[in-house]
Amino acid sequence: MNFYNEMYDAKGGVRAHYKGYEDWLKATPPERIERKRAEADLAFHRVGITFAVYGEEAGKERLIPFDIIPRVIPSAEWKALQSGLRQRVKALNMFLWDVYHDQEILKAGVIPAEQVLNNAQYRPVMQGVDVPGQIYAHITGVDIVRAGEGEFYVLEDNLRVPSGVSYMLEDRKMMMRLFPELFAKHKVAPVQHYPDMLLEKLRAVAPKGVTDPTVVVLTPGAYNSAYFEHTFLAQQMGVELVEGRDLFVKDEVVYMRTTQGPQRVDVIYRRLDDDFMDPTVFREDSSLGIPGIIRAYQAGNVTLANAVGTGVADDKSIYPYVPDMIRFYLGEEPKLNNVPTYMCRKKDDLAYVLDHLPELVVKEVHGAGGYGMLVGPASTKEQIEHFRQLLIAKPDGYIAQPTLALSNCPTFVEEGIAPRHLDLRPFVLSSGECVNMVPGGLTRVALTKGSLVVNSSQGGGTKDTWVLED
Amino acid sequence: MLSRTADHLFWMSRYIERAENLARLLDVTWQMSLVPQSEEAANQSWNAIIALNSLDEAFAKKHATVNGENVLKFMVSDPDNLSSIHSCLRLARENAHAVRGTLTTEMWETLNATWLEAKEKSFEQLLGAGIGDYFEWVKMRSSLSRGTTLGTLLQDEAYHFIRLGTLLERADNTARILDVKYHVLRPHDDEGATDFYEWGALLRSVSAFEVYRKVYRDVITPDRVAELLILNKDMPRSLHFCLNSVIKNLELVANRQSGETARQAGLLHAQLHYGRIEDILAHGLHEWLTDFMDRIYLLGDGISKDFLVPMAEAA
Repeated sequence: MNFYNEMYDAKGGVRAHYKGYEDWLKATPPERIERKRAEADLAFHRVGITFAVYGEEAGKERLIPFDIIPRVIPSAEWKALQSGLRQRVKALNMFLWDVYHDQEILKAGVIPAEQVLNNAQYRPVMQGVDVPGQIYAHITGVDIVRAGEGEFYVLEDNLRVPSGVSYMLEDRKMMMRLFPELFAKHKVAPVQHYPDMLLEKLRAVAPKGVTDPTVVVLTPGAYNSAYFEHTFLAQQMGVELVEGRDLFVKDEVVYMRTTQGPQRVDVIYRRLDDDFMDPTVFREDSSLGIPGIIRAYQAGNVTLANAVGTGVADDKSIYPYVPDMIRFYLGEEPKLNNVPTYMCRKKDDLAYVLDHLPELVVKEVHGAGGYGMLVGPASTKEQIEHFRQLLIAKPDGYIAQPTLALSNCPTFVEEGIAPRHLDLRPFVLSSGECVNMVPGGLTRVALTKGSLVVNSSQGGGTKDTWVLED
Repeated sequence: MLSRTADHLFWMSRYIERAENLARLLDVTWQMSLVPQSEEAANQSWNAIIALNSLDEAFAKKHATVNGENVLKFMVSDPDNLSSIHSCLRLARENAHAVRGTLTTEMWETLNATWLEAKEKSFEQLLGAGIGDYFEWVKMRSSLSRGTTLGTLLQDEAYHFIRLGTLLERADNTARILDVKYHVLRPHDDEGATDFYEWGALLRSVSAFEVYRKVYRDVITPDRVAELLILNKDMPRSLHFCLNSVIKNLELVANRQSGETARQAGLLHAQLHYGRIEDILAHGLHEWLTDFMDRIYLLGDGISKDFLVPMAEAA
């Protein structure tokens, strides 16, 4: 397979938007680079920018590898991406409002009703609930990959609790600290105002009549893999970081326990999955949630961001319909591509997938984080056979997609600088009519040679993402 | 401020203060063990440290005999002993980790780096490099943590709860050190030279040797040592100083239900403010200190119930 290289064209020439960086890299002595890389490692450790890996010893923290070669996006390319992202996220929010109200899109037969209503992520408790601004996904992390010149695909829309934005911000801070001279030479669009933008969005969706809302960040706790990010965002926004046990509900109003007695809470940026939010409604065994909070939410006394029930729109079985949603709600043609997807619940699709497993990527419909997926070309015969059995046993649990020729970018690895595959996760913020984002997003890079899985839990690293201004 | 946040801050500061005081106590005991003395007398001082922390049983499970090396190993780097310096530094860091968003970057990095460095040091390495250096290091890290708090943290509720934790812990620790040492030392007060070193070491363990000279300009006597550590209002590790600060910080965080705790703190403070060393000694120093430590414990409990882990949801 031929892969698109972000820095060099097919003939080995440097792409125009990488010219400045490449010149600098050539002119900088390797010892200096080596020293700076060690400095970055040390700084990340000391600051404690770590994440926990599920399945490893409890409480163990690892560092996400940071690569000093940035991913550079020229201005025109970003503008196109941005407009596509706005369109897509707008349609997704309209879809969510619709399925929890009149369900026009189901009545019109654009999406089979049972696909939505029988989906485990569809939350009947949300039926008829009027969320402020008709926004469900306040924060969306859209995973985008490039296959060729101007050829971008959306891999998935993360509408539940997308994470990674703190790495985007810390990576930028680190690059500016290590190589200030690069920023003097390049016009890199700033991203550091993300927390401000987020706070503004959260305040904008406060319950009706609340003029000076109390916003909090809800975390599952210090052992969650993204705990660093939760504390980081709360601190940057200057709001309280709370756990479920810090909150309680009385007369359908949410309060937090403070040293000065109970204080009312209006907007909760929750980093806790639906299932754990309220043991009286969802999982009874959840000790992380707040009993009664869903009643308070239905009564309109508190706003949850993201809303409960957004999972029905980013489920992999719904993903193939997003282009149709855009056409249905906005009357526009989608600006961003979807990856062609085989839905294994369909007989024909399943047959095709079973015949072509070695060349496809198979994903669990409800999976996330790179767990439970098969990358055909990179898998052993045993792994493929294992998935074949899984597919036959539970076809509606899986989708399959052609293996995309993900673009790559030069990256520091053990043997020196070598191309590694990457993706991009912009963070899209919505409130009412406005859909905003900071330029770029989080670039994740698969550090293992040939690997197409960029998730940090699978050994992925990150790069600073530069959107160059004109 | 969230009650849980205040709780973590309170314990974070207690644990780092406890680590420091433990380092001080072990340091002074170790130094005293270098002064020529009978083996029995030496082991008695080591045993006192175990007894002081009510750890006799836990210690006996790990070590057959009480001697310097065993006690040091148990109190410095035993991860199973929750009262060891190792555990205190870990718990300080864990509490900080839970509320790192409330701390300034410098505070968090200090506590995190302290723990990262501490956990890499094996007991054998510490002994090899000189255990005294390690105690100095612990004291410096605690000072650094206190310094970053003072120099970078907004003086709001977070700061007040941190101070409450530090001062309550210190009051308790100073009382303990005095209690145990006073009784080990007291019966020998006719022996002259050893005494001077031992009382000197006790004063050094609370950084009060020079202070004593400055305040009394006279030879060291046990009663004055007690007076300095209990009643002197300007000595940062004395009980009176600690209670002054406890009262002030309690006042600053007062809420609707904290009246009784404030009254108890005020009562205790009055004893120190208006008390005389002659009366305390006549009453019996050990009894007096035991009562003091009980009341410090109750104060901690009151603060906990009023602010940190409120039981009732009085909405």
